[in-house]
Amino acid sequence: MTSFIAPALSYSLLAPILIVLGGAVLGVIVEAFVSRAHRSTIQLSITLGTLVLSLAQVWRIRHASSLTAAMGSVAVDGPAILLQGSILIIAILGVFLIADHDHFTTLAASLPGSPEEREAQQSGVKLTEVYPLTLFAVAGMLLFPIATDLITLFVALEVLSLPLYLMAGLSRRRRLLSQEAALKYFLLGAFSSAFFLFGSAFLYGYSGTVSLAGIHDAVEASPGNQVFLLIGLAFLSVGLLFKVSAVPFHAWTPDVYQGAPTPVTAFMAAATKMAAFGAMLRIFYTSFANAYWDWRPLLTVIAIVTMLFGAVVAIAQRDVKRMLAYSSIAHAGFLITGVLALTKSGLDATIFYLFAYGIATIGAFGIVTLVRDSSGEVTDLNRWAGLGKRSPFIATVFATLLLAFAGIPLTSGFIGKFTIFSAAYEGGNKAVVVVGVLSSAIAAFFYIRVIVLMFFTDPVEDGTSVVIPSILTRATVIISFAITIFLGVLPTPLLNFIHSTATFIR
Amino acid sequence: MNNAWLTSLGLLPLLGALLVSVLPEKNILLIKRVAFGTTLVVAAVAIAMATRFQRDNVNLQFVETHQWIPSLGINYAVGVDGIALVLILLSVLLAPVVVLAGWNEATGGRWGVKTFYILMLVLETMMIGVFASTDVFLFYVFFEAMLIPVYFLIGGYGSGARSAAAVKFLLYSLFGGLLMLASIIALYVLSGDQGGHTFDINALSHLHMSSTTENMLFLGFFIAFAIKAPVWPFHTWLPDAAEAATPGTSVLLLGVLDKVGTFGMIRYCLTLFPHATKTFTPVILVLAVISIIYGAFLAIGQKDFKRLIAFTSISHFGFITMGIFAMTSQGQSGATLYMFNHGFSTAALFLVAGWMSSRRGSSKITDFGGLQRVTPVMAWVFFFAGMSSLALPGLSSFVSEFLVLVGTYTRYPVAAVIGAFGIVLAALYILIPVQRSLHGPVTEGNENLPDLNVREKVAIAPVVAVILFLGFYPSPLLQVINPGAAHSIAQAGFSDPISSIDKAGK
Repeated sequence: MTSFIAPALSYSLLAPILIVLGGAVLGVIVEAFVSRAHRSTIQLSITLGTLVLSLAQVWRIRHASSLTAAMGSVAVDGPAILLQGSILIIAILGVFLIADHDHFTTLAASLPGSPEEREAQQSGVKLTEVYPLTLFAVAGMLLFPIATDLITLFVALEVLSLPLYLMAGLSRRRRLLSQEAALKYFLLGAFSSAFFLFGSAFLYGYSGTVSLAGIHDAVEASPGNQVFLLIGLAFLSVGLLFKVSAVPFHAWTPDVYQGAPTPVTAFMAAATKMAAFGAMLRIFYTSFANAYWDWRPLLTVIAIVTMLFGAVVAIAQRDVKRMLAYSSIAHAGFLITGVLALTKSGLDATIFYLFAYGIATIGAFGIVTLVRDSSGEVTDLNRWAGLGKRSPFIATVFATLLLAFAGIPLTSGFIGKFTIFSAAYEGGNKAVVVVGVLSSAIAAFFYIRVIVLMFFTDPVEDGTSVVIPSILTRATVIISFAITIFLGVLPTPLLNFIHSTATFIR
Repeated sequence: MNNAWLTSLGLLPLLGALLVSVLPEKNILLIKRVAFGTTLVVAAVAIAMATRFQRDNVNLQFVETHQWIPSLGINYAVGVDGIALVLILLSVLLAPVVVLAGWNEATGGRWGVKTFYILMLVLETMMIGVFASTDVFLFYVFFEAMLIPVYFLIGGYGSGARSAAAVKFLLYSLFGGLLMLASIIALYVLSGDQGGHTFDINALSHLHMSSTTENMLFLGFFIAFAIKAPVWPFHTWLPDAAEAATPGTSVLLLGVLDKVGTFGMIRYCLTLFPHATKTFTPVILVLAVISIIYGAFLAIGQKDFKRLIAFTSISHFGFITMGIFAMTSQGQSGATLYMFNHGFSTAALFLVAGWMSSRRGSSKITDFGGLQRVTPVMAWVFFFAGMSSLALPGLSSFVSEFLVLVGTYTRYPVAAVIGAFGIVLAALYILIPVQRSLHGPVTEGNENLPDLNVREKVAIAPVVAVILFLGFYPSPLLQVINPGAAHSIAQAGFSDPISSIDKAGK
């Protein structure tokens, strides 16, 4: 009879995740026991406190490097810490936006248009479930890029995805659209999770282990059935590419970005990408680096198609959230070029790009939450005309963030593009660089069109205006603007930090 | 050795812009005076700097280097040779003329007067920076960032289809810029393989690369510059932009910004890719000759003054490009002198055309007639500017056009002979509008046009003086230009043909 051996956990290294999970559980308890009137303040403080505490823990362990934090299922190393830190920063900014209750339905369970819903709205209650949900999602995101075995990866993937499916359906206005988005996201997400799991099974069949290091050894020794490796790799990639919304697994992105409450979109767009790319980097760099001949050609094609598709289709968009969604698809393509490089500079560049892009994205969506008329947010681009005249500051910030997306010098986006393309070129992928540069040119077109609309088109008198932002929303927008410019002018500290920290351990 | 001349010169307009930004929006006169004062100070400092320039020293002078982004090998590095110095002088001398001549240009814009002058002064900083940088990355930053103020100047303060013209301008330039970025990335990676990442132009000029690579990289740079210059067939944005922009913006656009293209050909294409330059010279000469003839023919057919001037500029840029790629020291000196002279003669033409059209409310040639009798001073200045544009002996353009043709003839006689037809066509495209608008009976609507006022006379006087002075005595400038021009030819591995005609202009 085997005796039970208690797992040895390094609580100190796992603290960031554990704190967030603890905060989430606490949030659930608050939801159950505290009266409605006080919930929203308490929940907000718990959530922010948790995230800040967790961020402090990440900072504390920033030089740590360990494979044994949780019985070999997670690796705490440079990239892990950088990504966790970035995700937490994005989450804090995201919660600032989520704190604006005007975007959320009061009673998520009520039927759209039902008396129940009307009653809830009139009672003025605020939806607070979103806070613990956010924390659960953050916990999953923190785990996803550090997991080193396929089972933990899958658990993390589910933990991060399930709350997001729910959060996508919480919009106050256009609730049917929001619920449709949630359902679509859920169904497609479930599919992709199944693919991921299926791929894991094949990889287990191939190598006899679920740990990434074990798979790496198996790939090196190259035993038995290569078909299992290929199928496993392909299915696993489908799961990951779905999360980063790469073509052809992007179909959910525009609908979900549009339907979800904008603060959720902001959080999701920035943080999910980080978590998923973090996991992707780890998997491809530590497990399949030696099998690159098997996946690089296909991933190259996906990168090229994703960049071009995102950029071209974005041109046709008339809705600012959909436009940003397609732009995020194009950016996923740019990021894949960094993964493809398979070098240290590729890793550095991808992490820098993720951070720069995440910050700019959350700022951009933050501004989208501010442009409203009497019935809520205005996302129709035509009604953004003349915004530069009515609120020059907001329009200027939005223009700057768009220029950062377009990769104009003196913004973080330019340094990001430069580092990631030079890494791709170094990795020998010249074609990808040329396509990347061309799709940047295409993408510049629709970013600039928005700038034209805001500054060079006369305003339509239809009551669209920029609401006075709450302090928290204002903080998000200003922080994101400041970081975007700062990283464009003085990227050295962050680049050096990433360069000295980011090394995968296996 | 660090020398703060160039940095201070570049910062001065920026300080002026800051000063303008804190002035009260209402006090328009003060804003204009501060802006004008700033440009005067900058011009004075630049002249003081120029007097310290050592003419026979072919090395870069006023060199200053600081680390900027050390992790990517990027420096803030500035310095000038004779060619760059002349172009900086051109920029800072034209700036006060433009401000004074277009005293009321900013009214009727989309935004206030203040924004106009802030944009102008920021643009001046960028112009100085783009000519002064000796780090390829820094150059690219200025090259791209410069587009933003121009874009807003055209789109915000122009007339007619201003926003469409601004977008067209921006997209063309961005497209070229991104192609250049791909080349810069390749240079960066190559330099990393050969002894450490750097963007220093001298270090990069010693890179080894295969001829295919060199040709590709050359094209990346050349197309960007050919769009900027613009050379046929990349010119289509220019007439629209020039027509829509305010006269002052057009002067800076055609007079200075487009020179960045031709300057870039000398500084970057020739220095970095000497072999590719040799390979592509025949093709480029053909394009240059086509530009000369095509620009001239289309200029003849124009009905609008501003478009006419734009097309004459395309013809002139053909001459400049031809001079650069003739690969003789006369051609090179002539091209550089041409850039300077073209700046002034275009300034004269555009400013007078601007005054005519603001008085008449139209820039159609057929709307004018008999101005000689109504507004004699304005008519004479226009006539003078026209003569300068068609390179009448005794005016500055003649010297440079002659040098270019002589320099080209010694190596490529056919190109020179065909190009010389451009001069004949120039007589047509200048004399026809001169005859229609200035001579003959006073046509309806022109009877009461006021002549130039004191401010306008003061603004145009220095331009006229420079054109006359350099027409008779170009050697002060040529002495500055010649060593740099000879050096760049030598660096590209060319030497003057032995049978060269006795050095004209020396």
